[in-house]
Amino acid sequence: MIGIGRLGRLTLIGLPFAWLGLFFLVPLLIVLKISLAQSAIGIPPYTSLFFDDGSGLKIQVSLANFVLLVHDDLYLRAYLGALGNAALATALCLLFGYPIAHAIARAPKAWRHLLLFLVMLPFWTSFLIRVYAWIAILKPNGLLNQLLIATGLITAPLPLLYNAFSVELGLVYSYLPFMILPLYGSLSALDECLIEAAADLGARPVRAFLAVTLPLSLPGIAAGSLLVLIPAVGEFVIPDLLGGADTLMIGKVLWDEFFNNRDWPVASAVAVVLVAALAIPILFAQKFLEQERTA
Amino acid sequence: MTTAVVRARMALLEIVGASKWFGATLAVDDVSLSIECGELFALLGPSGCGKTTLLRMIAGLEIPDSGRILIDGVDITASPPYARPVNMMFQSYALFPHMDVAGNIAFGLRQEGMDRRHIAARVGEVLALVQMSDYGARRPRELSGGQRQRVALARALAKMPRLVLLDEPLAALDRKLRAETRIELIGIQERVGTTFLVVTHDQEEALGMATRIAVMNRGRIVQIGTPAEIYERPGSRFVADFVGEVNLFDGELTTGFNCLALTVAGFDRPIPLPSDTLLPEGAAATLALRPERLQLCRERPGGFAVAATVSSISYFGGASTVHLAAGEGRLLKARLPSADAGCLSRGTAVWASWLPDDGVVITR
Repeated sequence: MIGIGRLGRLTLIGLPFAWLGLFFLVPLLIVLKISLAQSAIGIPPYTSLFFDDGSGLKIQVSLANFVLLVHDDLYLRAYLGALGNAALATALCLLFGYPIAHAIARAPKAWRHLLLFLVMLPFWTSFLIRVYAWIAILKPNGLLNQLLIATGLITAPLPLLYNAFSVELGLVYSYLPFMILPLYGSLSALDECLIEAAADLGARPVRAFLAVTLPLSLPGIAAGSLLVLIPAVGEFVIPDLLGGADTLMIGKVLWDEFFNNRDWPVASAVAVVLVAALAIPILFAQKFLEQERTA
Repeated sequence: MTTAVVRARMALLEIVGASKWFGATLAVDDVSLSIECGELFALLGPSGCGKTTLLRMIAGLEIPDSGRILIDGVDITASPPYARPVNMMFQSYALFPHMDVAGNIAFGLRQEGMDRRHIAARVGEVLALVQMSDYGARRPRELSGGQRQRVALARALAKMPRLVLLDEPLAALDRKLRAETRIELIGIQERVGTTFLVVTHDQEEALGMATRIAVMNRGRIVQIGTPAEIYERPGSRFVADFVGEVNLFDGELTTGFNCLALTVAGFDRPIPLPSDTLLPEGAAATLALRPERLQLCRERPGGFAVAATVSSISYFGGASTVHLAAGEGRLLKARLPSADAGCLSRGTAVWASWLPDDGVVITR
């Protein structure tokens, strides 16, 4: 083997770590630091953790922001609202995404690339523009309502926009590809022979699916669900553009704290709790995937 | 009384004029085949000859475009795979990676709705049959190739099917294990008495294992017979060439001194043919001669003989194959005990001879 040298190896291993440290860990620590400060009028709009009162350097840490999150039930409701919306979106993405991924994985080879390309096609347009497009489709005199009235199915426009329905639709629409791609990955890796063996041994198609295909695609289901759930919980654009007054999601609360209230410490505290709340399911899922691999 | 007689004569598996197209390729071309109960039948042919497609049609994994497939006289041509009294051992074994060995074997039994106690008993039985009793709790990935092969066989036997289909059952094993496993496979087949249909591209495997062989080429069955019939009396050039080593002489029939002979380009004398040859003079024919039938001597023997020089010797332990160059660059293969081949070397001039009845005349 050609050695790349100790230095080369260190660089190779070190670079990704340096990248993660610089662009993930450092910003996270900055946010954590701000969350422990207090709001102040000035630039930046929060107090410093370190100050010198003449008798040496001192640290002033405040947990008031976190206490506020517990006391004011707005935050808890926003967290739960976001989690509920995101969980429902994940379930719906799985429900719609699984048959799509399964069909692509079992399609003739020549078709697969085209079908996968179609799944990824929306990414060619900005996410924001695609969410705006839904407004044009869903608004009272929008495309969908006009179509329904023209066909005589309804006489008055349906309230499709600025409610829970439109938020859920936006979430499912936006995150469906993130469910389909990992599912496709695990379903296309599944050896067709196993399904044939199940049929040969007497399993009808439904039984073969439940006993062989489904359990063997669990890693794909776990990966897809995480890829949908995690960004959907923190989603801000979709509830902001498609949601109504009753839409309470933590991403929107975070935005409001930062830009409307200019309360950086509280906003940072919200972010810290959000990251912690999301890190737990990731760790669980990773442990599960690890077990699947070694079992 | 009459029905009993009919049933006794009825073939276990009957394929009538089955054909299968893949796009513009005719993978299986009007194949008819009949297999009796208790046989260990081999489908032998080069890769792409349609043997696996034929096997998959019997399993129900492919539907023939025309023709019929019957098991015990019942037409199953259109039955789905899960409704056929047939189980298959896949070439890749297709063991379920998320189930342990016992779970894999129990899978088929569970589909039948068999109760737990009976399933456990049956799983134990087949595991004992393949000598894997201690491995019930292992996952397939924790097993060696040979062990996986046994589990796959046990799974195919668990439901006591009328017919077990084995797709290249020994191909994934290394050479030594393959020979051992082949003997074991025959032993297991004899013990359970189930009919086996084996697909293989390995002529040695087919000859050493099967009670009967069907040789396939380009989607067609070209010859059916016992291993000895296939080897000793090949019906066509293809069979003679594909099954075992062979020397082939193409020529034209002439009348010799007291028997028919074959005029072959590059040979100054016509080659005498077996006495039972029934072909008119002038007909084109091929003489197939197995290498082990050739005798090599330094002195010219009486009767027909060909002068040749040794061009190379391949040593295979007990026997060696001697490659000879005869007149006009014609190559001959002779197989002799290595002890005899030892006194030959490259460039040695020899006389190759054989008895007229050792050859087989082929017209196709």
